Amino acid sequence: MEHTTLSHHLLLAGMLFVIGLSGVLIRRNLLVVYMCLELMLTASTLALVAFSRFNNTMDGAIFVFFIITVAAAEVAVGLALIVALFRQRQTVSSDKLTTLCD
Amino acid sequence: MPDGLFIFFAALTIGAAALLVLSRNAVTSAMGMILALVGVAADFFLLDAYFLGVLQVLVYAGAVMVLFLFIIMLLSDTEENPTTYPWRHAVTGLAVFFFLAAGVIWLFVWSGAVPSNQVHFAPPEVSSDPLVFTTAAKSFGRLLYTKYLLPLEISGFLLLVALVGVVSISKDSKIQS
Repeated sequence: MEHTTLSHHLLLAGMLFVIGLSGVLIRRNLLVVYMCLELMLTASTLALVAFSRFNNTMDGAIFVFFIITVAAAEVAVGLALIVALFRQRQTVSSDKLTTLCD
Repeated sequence: MPDGLFIFFAALTIGAAALLVLSRNAVTSAMGMILALVGVAADFFLLDAYFLGVLQVLVYAGAVMVLFLFIIMLLSDTEENPTTYPWRHAVTGLAVFFFLAAGVIWLFVWSGAVPSNQVHFAPPEVSSDPLVFTTAAKSFGRLLYTKYLLPLEISGFLLLVALVGVVSISKDSKIQS
């Protein structure tokens, strides 16, 4: 902690967010796309914790606590939806799930 | 220059995230995701947010990723066929990656928008002021049951709703198939 500044942590968070976003654009497997979304969420929590630490307030850390709670609920519901989709269509590739496009 | 631990864990996190995006096998992607989440948890520790680091490992790298791995193993269609891998998705993704990465690096390294001359001090373990950043898990509890009581209640209710929703989604699809 001696020499890291706020910008180092923000740089890490920003790079993680960008990698997650490009993963959402590149990948076709719905499960991997979902994992990339989770990575973007985690990157934002990292930025929040960094701001909270360097501003010497507790609010950002509490906010991260709520984000982790909501993300756990969100993952459960999203994965249930993907499983239901797989039972209907026998695929998790977003290339083949184009019913609304056709 | 940042200290060595930060560089090590930042490189680990970025490399694991790249593995998550680039690996064609979904299980390998999940392993990269776990590694990236552990790297972020280590960065929480470096930021003196010990409670959040433990929570990150327990909830994200533990429970959530076990759920992901379980679903990946359950659905057999995990391998992406290279022939159904259109090049324009990759080109779009890479273009977005390079433009946004350049923007992020410019913003946080060269633009000077982020103050870099931060005062460094060890956070107190316990503080009488509930709003000051402390390392103890106790300060989380104090704020959660005073200032953030309503959001805590709402997130508890949200977990209940998610539970009921997941059960009903699984049940419906079973009846239809």
